[in-house]
Amino acid sequence: MHILDLHLLWFGLIAILFTGFFVLEGFDYGVGILLPWLGKNDTERRMILNSIGPFWDGNEVWLITAGGATFAAFPGWYATMFSTFYLEMFAILLALILRGAAIEFRSLHDNPRWRNGWDWAFFTGSLLPGFFWGVILANAIQGLPIDANMNYAGTIWQIFNPLALLCGITLVVVFTLHGAIFLSLRVNNHLIQRAQRTAKRMCIPALLLFLLIVGVGFQTTEVFHRLILDPRMVPFGYLTLATLVFTPWLLARGRSGWAFTMTIGTIILLAVTVGIGIFPHFMISSLNPAWSLTIDNTASSPYTLTVMSWIALTCIPFVLAYQAWNYWVFRKRISPKAIGHY
Amino acid sequence: MDALTLSRLQFGSTIIYHFLFVPLTMGLVLLVAVMETLYVRSGNTTYKRMAQFWGKLFLINFALGVVTGIVQEFQFGMNWSAYSRFIGDVFGAPLAIEALLAFFMESTFLGIWIFGWDQLPKKLHLAMIWMVVLGSHLSAFWILVANSFMQEPVGYAIHNGRAEMTNFFALLSNPNLWFQFPHVAAGGAVTGAFFVVGISAYQLLRNKSDQDLFQRSLKIGMIAALIASITVATIGHFQGQYVVQHQPMKMAAAEALWDSESPASFSLITIGNEKLRTDVFAIKVPYLLSFLSYNNFTGEVQGINQLQAQYVKQYGPGNYVPPVAVTYWGFRAMFIMGTLMALLATVGTFLMYKRWLNRPQFRWFLWVMVGAIALPYIANTGGWILTEIGRQPWLVNGVLRTQDGVSPSVGAGSILFTLITFILLYGVLAVVDAFLLTKYARKGVEPVQEKVETEELVVTY
Repeated sequence: MHILDLHLLWFGLIAILFTGFFVLEGFDYGVGILLPWLGKNDTERRMILNSIGPFWDGNEVWLITAGGATFAAFPGWYATMFSTFYLEMFAILLALILRGAAIEFRSLHDNPRWRNGWDWAFFTGSLLPGFFWGVILANAIQGLPIDANMNYAGTIWQIFNPLALLCGITLVVVFTLHGAIFLSLRVNNHLIQRAQRTAKRMCIPALLLFLLIVGVGFQTTEVFHRLILDPRMVPFGYLTLATLVFTPWLLARGRSGWAFTMTIGTIILLAVTVGIGIFPHFMISSLNPAWSLTIDNTASSPYTLTVMSWIALTCIPFVLAYQAWNYWVFRKRISPKAIGHY
Repeated sequence: MDALTLSRLQFGSTIIYHFLFVPLTMGLVLLVAVMETLYVRSGNTTYKRMAQFWGKLFLINFALGVVTGIVQEFQFGMNWSAYSRFIGDVFGAPLAIEALLAFFMESTFLGIWIFGWDQLPKKLHLAMIWMVVLGSHLSAFWILVANSFMQEPVGYAIHNGRAEMTNFFALLSNPNLWFQFPHVAAGGAVTGAFFVVGISAYQLLRNKSDQDLFQRSLKIGMIAALIASITVATIGHFQGQYVVQHQPMKMAAAEALWDSESPASFSLITIGNEKLRTDVFAIKVPYLLSFLSYNNFTGEVQGINQLQAQYVKQYGPGNYVPPVAVTYWGFRAMFIMGTLMALLATVGTFLMYKRWLNRPQFRWFLWVMVGAIALPYIANTGGWILTEIGRQPWLVNGVLRTQDGVSPSVGAGSILFTLITFILLYGVLAVVDAFLLTKYARKGVEPVQEKVETEELVVTY
């Protein structure tokens, strides 16, 4: 295969892995954010946790694989991204540790304070990753002071600029909406109504935040030249808007399954917008456009990429198949009579 | 402290912590799979309850293994970006394959196993736990492919100012890997076996219900302990001989051997002065190191001073001596605990087959086995300290120094902050994990749950 095709292939694979992570962990995080608010008693909270019970760990591996694939295919990008966003990545790690421990440990000890404490840890651990991924993505698109050696030359604080904060909050809201709809499809009894009501309520802030990002993005037009003003991008912007408008419309008609498809669409479209908008870059240097990280100047050697392509293209169909089977096996709704492990 | 020291402290402490959970994961899942296999083959529900009891302890341990493992993957980029940039072309591939091939398998099938007791046919459910066994061992395999490259770089060339992979199969056939992987896998089995033996012994001593179940657990654990502890020691022996040849400085430091000796004596205990490179006090067995290294009594084992002089010629001025005391005691911890475990497992198996373990005069031995749960942990930790500290000052042996791998753009303040936070959080989680493991180990086996579709299940937890 031509070397540039390999770079393109791996850009695509990593984009798919990150998108898969946002779609799948997105509802895990949303469910986690809703846990202390929607679960009024221990049984309900356990139902909520078990709605993602057999899935969440496998979903999280999408992130680990995305990280590993980045390391293997674009080590230059991996090195810059993880060291630039040192504290943000650290916050994501803390969050993942907290929520992993929380879901496994909370039901193992029968003490209301213990359980409540872990539930809030699960909430926090589900809230932070979405926010910090939003911040990271926004910064990668906006541009950062990256020097000629691909090292970050800015301060800790300039990462937290208005657009980044806005993107962080937006991702949290979208995940909460996504999670609420997922929950309404997975549980039973009055929890369904509560989840549906929450989903409907989250639609308006999600829509407003999306429009706000567009507005703020126009203030800092540089980003939007890259991201939106390109005529190729216009359809994606409108499609994203359409999914956000259709979600409450479908929810109001009780079509939760279709509404869930819409929020999956929102997340995929956002990822595609960012992906196409930034291509062929990974991170933009605000110091000198020539110092930006691209799919060519951060990539591994053709040999490594060829080996990795063979392995990845062989394994991925199996992974997709058994993960899909996992969802099929546990397709039944969680009822108070058969809650599950957690 | 500077960013380099702090990054080293952070990597060292987070990885030691992570590796407290990994060996038990590997060993215990294997034994749980064996137990469930016995259940499916015999139809005896004792084995089902057994698999569920040990499975629960497995999950408590597994949770922290997973979450602390993610830290490791992120940390290469966060704290060691220069290293990642330089070596990623070679080193990233096994990590990506580990995630793709092993982590997905391990986590997905474990999820199905946990939730699938009543939903899947017996044999299919059994297959799930064996997939987890496969996944966890594949994961160890691929991470050791990466680590073996750091010990003994193969299949690469320096191009464009970085290391680039030239032969993937050389990475897979790296001799270092084929000592390391069986050694680590057997070490995991030992950890799982001593865990099962120790807790079964405790349950038998308390003389509560389910004596039969714990007798059988003890038996499975004891046989595993015997096979695994002898395997791990045997591989360790040959691995040591290999290290003498290929990483002589590591072995010299592990033995606190300041000057080359022929024949070389084995240090039983050495209190040395690392600065002056002299012994303050030492008890040594003549000829033994030569014998262990080469199977003869005359071979020369190279000493620290000679190797240092040789490396200065080879790599230029610098200090090529790893921290001797840490390496030395890491080796001692592994070696002594390993020997002790092989001994205990042999005695235990003998007592078991004589059916003497139930006799009051051998109760003390059961208590010893309860305490022996700690031994594999000391050995595992010591072994990794030897492997990683003994490689210093290199990050990749002979290719990249540790000091050249650290992230240039991350400040010491940030690292100090994350280091302290990690230590605090890990400390709390260690207490919680120990509390839960003790609680469920003491609690014993839950009664058979015949059908799930009952109200009772809600209040069981």
